[in-house]
Amino acid sequence: MAFELTKENQDKLKEIVTHYPHQMSAILPALHIVMAQRGWVDIEACDYVAEFLDVPKIRVYEALTFYTYFPQKPVGKYHLQMCRNIACHLRGVGELLVHLKEKHGIVEDKVTDDGLFCLHTVECLGACGNAPVVQVNDDYYENLTIEKLDELIEKLKKEAGNGTK
Amino acid sequence: MALEKHVFKGIDLGFKDIRTYEEHGGYETWKRVLKDKISPEEVTKIVKDSGLRGRGGAGFPAGLKWSFVPKIDKPKYLLCNCDESEPGTFKDREIVEKSTHQLIEGMLLAAYAFGSNTSYVYLRGEFVKGWKQVEASLAEARAAGYIGENILGSDVTHHIWTHRGAGAYICGEETALIESLEGKRGHPRIKPPFPAVEGFYRNPTVVNNVETLTAVPKILENGADWYRQWGTEKSTGTKLWSCCGHITNPGVYEVPMGYPMKKFFEEELGGCWNGNKLKAVIPGGSSVPAMTPDEFLACNMDYESVAEHGSMLGSGGMIVMDETTCLVEVSEVLAHFYMHESCGQCTPCREGTGWVYRIIKDIETGMPQPDTKDLLFSVFEEIFGNTICPLGDSIVMPIKSLIEKWPEEFEYYLREGKSKITGKTRFAHLKNPDRPDNYRRGEPYNYPKTEDWTTSFNRVAHEG
Ligand SMILES: Cc1cc2nc3c(=O)[nH]c(=O)nc-3n(C[C@H](O)[C@H](O)[C@H](O)COP(=O)(O)O)c2cc1C
Ligand code: SF4
Ligand code: FES
Repeated sequence: MAFELTKENQDKLKEIVTHYPHQMSAILPALHIVMAQRGWVDIEACDYVAEFLDVPKIRVYEALTFYTYFPQKPVGKYHLQMCRNIACHLRGVGELLVHLKEKHGIVEDKVTDDGLFCLHTVECLGACGNAPVVQVNDDYYENLTIEKLDELIEKLKKEAGNGTK
Repeated sequence: MALEKHVFKGIDLGFKDIRTYEEHGGYETWKRVLKDKISPEEVTKIVKDSGLRGRGGAGFPAGLKWSFVPKIDKPKYLLCNCDESEPGTFKDREIVEKSTHQLIEGMLLAAYAFGSNTSYVYLRGEFVKGWKQVEASLAEARAAGYIGENILGSDVTHHIWTHRGAGAYICGEETALIESLEGKRGHPRIKPPFPAVEGFYRNPTVVNNVETLTAVPKILENGADWYRQWGTEKSTGTKLWSCCGHITNPGVYEVPMGYPMKKFFEEELGGCWNGNKLKAVIPGGSSVPAMTPDEFLACNMDYESVAEHGSMLGSGGMIVMDETTCLVEVSEVLAHFYMHESCGQCTPCREGTGWVYRIIKDIETGMPQPDTKDLLFSVFEEIFGNTICPLGDSIVMPIKSLIEKWPEEFEYYLREGKSKITGKTRFAHLKNPDRPDNYRRGEPYNYPKTEDWTTSFNRVAHEG
């Protein structure tokens, strides 16, 4: 089925367009809304956005492929983005990645079989004082240790089991 | 902790809440400017006299930048740069999450000073909490009548909107930020023309860092001399330092310019963690040269002194490394970052960052190559100074300084095929004994997965 924004999101986007001198500027906000609605963005969604904003399709494709924040395929219920940059590196993110793989079977760029987790290593998240840091969907979890990481994974699993989010 | 916050008290007091801010004299300056009809020139002059310099990295005087905006009949824009993605820098996040209203007042005053009616806060996409906070605070300020049409009965109109980035470090560069705000890829523009003349949709535009703008209300409230009570002749006032790495007390500190580094390091940061010995420090966000302990402990915390001691103050993101750190590993991490974040527009940077990364990775596979250093330095030379924006230089400065200041560590890795510090070969599994003799190390070759600089979604989980 072709992608479509919900009525509510359409109104939100229409309002956002009025903030700018030209609707081109609303491309990134539109992609953020798509992502909030569905969790990932594909070409079909880009076509929809281009038509909605009345901008050339290529502009939206360009944005999607240049900016790394929008996953182009489903990333599970919980998208783990682990910082691998300098401060987190110095404070042991390497061990955490090994632990995620060995204990929880979570490896990079693969959604786990239960559909819950997908890991990506990313560059600095701007929270280096509390390194190592992982971003799970919209939230940061900081000052990670192996124990805290285990707790986090358990907590998320439980949340998913309860159907809450 | 001995150091007190002055300009950025709001971080501790919670100026994200409009009531709290007003109780501490918030928005009084804005009201006074409008009511007493203090002229934009006067506002600019006070900021100029205070000596406030841009805190985004370049250190350009803020008031001077505003005065470059031509007085022509075109829309003018203020863009607040909260793209904060420089590794080691996390000060702007504190402000947008905790002292939001002081930032908003600063934006209103700055925009007033050069006649802008619209401004945008460009936040990096990952700062969801910060973005929500800015939206909430903007709503409060709108409801209180500080933002909007004919503010508080005057003829001044100003709108502030947020705009979220999407994971590109390069969009922190001011012209890339403008391109991004126009919905395009974040490709920096060639300067001149400078944004003050031709910026957002070719209109006069000022880009300022969050910290710069947040200092403005305090300066106008208390006067230029008040701000000058701290600091040196050329670096006035105070600066936020975000300190991370192997230290006892990581965090964000407000420090008077010119404060002795040794004192700060020992008394505030508590030295290296676990009582370890200090090895190297990158003092201003990952893009500046590293300092040896001697250089570091001898300098003062201002632009000039840090420069005299072999580095740059940059964004004030201090990364401390202790004796257990393998600097070849650190170089690999940094090189990967710049390769990943290069916008791909100019050849020396797009190709060069990849070469640097692959050469360093090759060192870490443990296959000794006698001319590696020459090869690396020739690539540095091709990149440095030959690119549109400073990102190209940013990969060269830290890595070159690490190799020059700690040569024995790189030489040991090349000679012995393992790290002098950890005793391990990090990418031993990538070692290829069948490699042909004429293999050129910088070229993508026979790795399990090709490295693609356009997206982070193809990294192998942990390569060590
Ligand atoms: C590659 C690169 C990245 C940058 N990233 C940021 C950033 O994240 N935040 C920022 O405020 N300035 C950043 N800057 C500096 C801006 O280009 C610009 O100088 C600054 O926003 C101007 O504001 P200021 O005068 O208040 O410092 C970056 C510059 C370069 C070259
Ligand atoms: S130096 Fe790099 S990041 Fe800057 S414009 Fe050139 S390719 Fe883009
Ligand atoms: S280095 Fe990991 S958050 Fe900055």
